[in-house]
Amino acid sequence: MKLSKFFILLFTLTLSVSVLAQRSPVQEPMVFETQQQEDRFNQLTQELRCLVCQNQNLADSDAQLAHDLRAEVHEMLMAGKSDDEIKMFMVERYGDFVLYRPPVQENTYLLWLTPLVLLLSGAVILRVIIKKRTVLLESAPDEEPENQNS
Amino acid sequence: MNSRIYPLLGFLLLIVLLVVGLNIADRKTNLPSPLIGKPVPVFDLPVLASPGQNMSKESLLGKPYLVNFWGSWCITCRAEHPVVTELAKLNAVYIIGMNFRDEPQDAVAWLKKWGNPYNVSLTDFDGRVSIDFGVYAAPETFLVDPSGTIVFKHLGQLTWEVVETEILPRLANMESGS
Amino acid sequence: MTVELGQISLLAALLTALVLGLLPMIGSYTGNRRFMAVSTTASLVQCLLLMVAFGILTSAFIIQDFSVEYVARNSNSLLPMGFRVSAVWSAHEGSLLLWELILSIWIAAVALFSKRLPEVFRSRVLAVLGWISVGFLLFILLTSNPFGRLIPSAVEGLDLNPLLQDFGLIVHPPLLYMGYVGFSVAFAFAVAALLGGEVSRDWVRWSRPWTLVAWAFLTIGIALGSWWAYYELGWGGYWFWDPVENASFMPWLVGTALIHSQAVTEKRGAFGNWTLLLALSAFSLSLLGTFLVRSGVLTSVHAFASDPTRGIFILVYLGVVVGGSLTLYAARAPKMIQGGGFAGLSRETFLLINNLVFAVLAAMVLTGTLYPLLIDAIGAGKISVGPPYFGLLFTWLLVPIVLAMPIGIYSRWQQDSGSRLISKVRWPFLMALAVGTIVWIMQPDIGFVSAAGVTGGAWVILGSLFYVVQMMTSKNRISIPASVLAMTLAHVGVGVFLIGLSLVSTLSTEKHLRMEAGDKYEMAGYTFEFLGTSIVQGANYSADQGEFIISKGDREITRLYPQKREYAQRGNTMTEAAIDPGFTRDLYVSLGEPLDQNGQAWAVRVYHKPFIRWIWLGAIFIMAGGFLAAANKRYRRKMTAKEPVLTGTKEVTA
Repeated sequence: MKLSKFFILLFTLTLSVSVLAQRSPVQEPMVFETQQQEDRFNQLTQELRCLVCQNQNLADSDAQLAHDLRAEVHEMLMAGKSDDEIKMFMVERYGDFVLYRPPVQENTYLLWLTPLVLLLSGAVILRVIIKKRTVLLESAPDEEPENQNS
Repeated sequence: MNSRIYPLLGFLLLIVLLVVGLNIADRKTNLPSPLIGKPVPVFDLPVLASPGQNMSKESLLGKPYLVNFWGSWCITCRAEHPVVTELAKLNAVYIIGMNFRDEPQDAVAWLKKWGNPYNVSLTDFDGRVSIDFGVYAAPETFLVDPSGTIVFKHLGQLTWEVVETEILPRLANMESGS
Repeated sequence: MTVELGQISLLAALLTALVLGLLPMIGSYTGNRRFMAVSTTASLVQCLLLMVAFGILTSAFIIQDFSVEYVARNSNSLLPMGFRVSAVWSAHEGSLLLWELILSIWIAAVALFSKRLPEVFRSRVLAVLGWISVGFLLFILLTSNPFGRLIPSAVEGLDLNPLLQDFGLIVHPPLLYMGYVGFSVAFAFAVAALLGGEVSRDWVRWSRPWTLVAWAFLTIGIALGSWWAYYELGWGGYWFWDPVENASFMPWLVGTALIHSQAVTEKRGAFGNWTLLLALSAFSLSLLGTFLVRSGVLTSVHAFASDPTRGIFILVYLGVVVGGSLTLYAARAPKMIQGGGFAGLSRETFLLINNLVFAVLAAMVLTGTLYPLLIDAIGAGKISVGPPYFGLLFTWLLVPIVLAMPIGIYSRWQQDSGSRLISKVRWPFLMALAVGTIVWIMQPDIGFVSAAGVTGGAWVILGSLFYVVQMMTSKNRISIPASVLAMTLAHVGVGVFLIGLSLVSTLSTEKHLRMEAGDKYEMAGYTFEFLGTSIVQGANYSADQGEFIISKGDREITRLYPQKREYAQRGNTMTEAAIDPGFTRDLYVSLGEPLDQNGQAWAVRVYHKPFIRWIWLGAIFIMAGGFLAAANKRYRRKMTAKEPVLTGTKEVTA
C-alpha cells in the first residue's frame, strides 16, 4: 500500500474511533475524586427520576436516557455544581416530574401540609374523646376492670 | 350532620378522582415541556454528512422554524414521516431535522430510503442538545418563533390533526403579528 | 378440551356465589333456617369449584398447552417445572383466579369454623362474602378470563418474564393474597354487625382471630415482597414506595390499627365505631389497591397489563362494595357513645393514639400515592412523589408510636397513674438510651436520626421484655399467657425491624467499580477479589458468571457467583446478584456491563449492608405474634346468642 494511502486510512480510523469515543462521554462506572462526591452522586441519582421508565430512579435504570442523564449529573458534579444547581438543571428541562422529592410550591402545598393537618386533627380528636370519656368516668365510675393483661 | 357520613363523602370524592384518573391514564407520562415560552436552548451543531458545516440558533433568528428530533432507531419516527413530508411540501415553515443519538451513516441511509423532508439536518450525536431541549422520547417536535422562543412542543408521533390545529394556526399568528 | 371445563367451573362457581349471597341473607331476615343453612353448602361447593378451575389452569401450564392464550403468553417449553406452576399467577388473569381461589378458601374456612356463631349473624357474614365473590367472578368471566383459547394455537410460548422466574414468585403472591383477601372476613363481620344493628362486642371477639390471621399473612407477604426485590433487582434496594407496594402497605397499616381497636372494643366496649370503620377500611383499601395495580391509573414497575374496561369494572365494583358499606355505616353505626369512661392516662388512651397515628400513616401513604394523579387531573402539572417524601413522613409519624408503645403495654385499663408507669418503664428507657448512645459512639457516621431509631427499637424491645419478666416475677411462675407472648413477640418484632431499618439506612456502603480478573477491592473490612467470568448454562438461559473471593483479613469467608443472564426466548438480559447473608450484615455483589470486547473487564457493584436481615426478621416475629394471638383458645369458646347488648352509655353485664 502506498504510504500516503496508509496515512489517510490511519487518519480516518483515528477520526472514527475518536468520534465513537465522543459518543459516550463518560463510561460507567463513574470515577470520582472524593468519597463525598460519590455519595452525592448516589444521593442525587436516587432522587432523580428516570423519565422513560415505569417508576425507577436514575441510579437503578439501564435505559439509554438514564445513562446519559447520569453522565450529565456526573459532569456537573465534578465541575463543582451544587446539588440544587444540578436538580435545577433537570427541572428546567424536564419539569418537576423529574424530582422524586416534590418541591414545596403552590401545587404541592396540599401534599406537604396534609399529613401535618391530619396529625393535628388527630390530636384534637384525641383531646375531645378523652374529655368525653373522663366525664363519663367521673359521672359513673365502673367496677375495677377484670383482666388487666393485654 | 353527624360525623358518620364523612367516610362516605370522602370515598365519593376518591371515586371522582379515580374516574378522572381512568380517563387521563393514557396520557399520564406525557410531560408538558417547561420550555414553552422560553428561549430555544443554545445549539451549534454540525450539519449531517457535511463535515465542517455548522448551524447555530443565532443564524435562525427572524424566521419561525420547526425542530423535529428523530433517529433511525425510532419506529414512531418512521410512522410520522409521511406527515412531516406533507408539511414540508406546504413550505409553511423551515423544518430542521435533529438527528440524535444516531450514527451519521445510519441517518443518511434512513433519509435516502424514506425521503428527506427537512430543509436542513443537524447531528446531535451524543444527545446533549436533546437533553437541553428536555427530549426524553422520540419523536419530539418543537415550534420556535422568529424571536427564538419555543411556542409549542409535540410529544410523539406528529399527526396531521396536530399540524392543523396547533402548528399552522400558530404560524399564521406569527405572520399576522410581525 | 379440559380448559373449557375450567370455564364451566367458574360459571358454576358464580351461580353458587349468587346462591350464597341471596338465600342465607333472605333467610336471616325471614327466619328461614333452610335458607340460612345453605350458606355452609354453598361456601364449600364454591371452594371446590374454584379449586377445580385453578387446578385445570395449573395443569394447562404443567402440560404446556399453548393453545390456551394465557399459557402461551406466560410460559415456554424450556421453563422449569417449579416456575411453570408459579407462572399460573404471574400475570393479570391468573393472579385474579388465585385471588378468587383464596377468597373461596377463606369463605369455606369461615363456614366450617364458625358453626357456633348465632345463625342469623353467621348467615349474613357468609352472604356478604358471597357477594364479594360474585363481583370477582363476574370480573374474571367478563374481562379477565384465563381460559381463553388461542386460535391457531401457538407453537412456542412467550416465556415467563425472567424477573419472575424465581422462588419469590412462588411464595410472595399467595401469602400476600391470603392477607389482602383475608381482610374481607373482617369486612363481612362488620357489615353483618351493621345489618343486624348489633352493638354487642361479641361480633368483635368473633372476628378477631380471622383478622389476626389475615394480618399476619399480609405482614409476611409484604416482607417477602421486599426481600424478593432486594435480591432479585440487583442493587440492594428493598422498598421503593412504589404505588403497588403502597397498595399493600395501606391495608396493613389500617389492619394494625384494627387489631388493636378490636382489643379495646372486645374488652371495654369502647371504640366500637372505630373498629367498624377500620374493618370496613382495611378491605376497602385492599380493593383500592387491586384497582390501582390493574387499571393503569398509576405508573409502576409492578403494574399488571392495564386495560380501561378492567379499570372501569373494578371501579364500579369498588364503588358498590365500599360505597355500600360506608352508606350502611353512616346509617346504622351506633349514634351513642358506648363503653365506659376512661382517664387521660389509661390503656384505652394509648390504644386510641395507636388508632389515630396508624390511620394518619395510612392517609399519608394514600395522599402521596394519589397526589400526582390529583394534580394531573386538575391540570396543575405533573409531579412525582417518591421515597424522599414517604420516607421522611413515615419516620416522623413513627415517633409517637415508638414512644407510646412500651408505656402502652404496661398501662392499665380505665385509669392509670403517671408515677406508676414511669416506675415501670424507667429501666427499659434508660437502658435503651444507653444502647443508642453506645451505638452512636461506636459508629458516629449514623447520625442522630439513625441513633434515635436504634434507641427507639431498643426501647420497644426492652419495654416488651421487661413486661414479661415483671409478669413472671410478680406471679412467681415461668409460663405466661399465650396472648402476652404473642403481643411481646409482635412488639419485639417491631423493635427489631426498627433497629435494622435505622442501621442499614445509614451504615450501608456501596461501590460501583471497574474490575478485571485479579483485581481486589476492600470495603468495610472485607476484601472482594474478582477472578473473572465464565459461561454457564441454565435450563432456559445462558449466563456470564463471575467468581468473587470474599475474605476478611487473610481468611477466605466465601465465594460469590453473580450472573448476567440472557434468556433465550424473550432475549432479556437479567442480573442475578450474589449475596452472602448474615445476621449482622449482608455482602452483595452484582455484575453490571462488560466493559470491553472480550469480557475481561466488568462494571461491578459491591455492597455492604449491615443488619438488613433484621428488617425481615422483625416482620417474621410480627407475623408469628399475629398467628399466636389468633390461636388463643378464648376465641374457640362456645358462643351463645344471648350475649349482652349495650344500651345507652353504660354497659349492662349479664
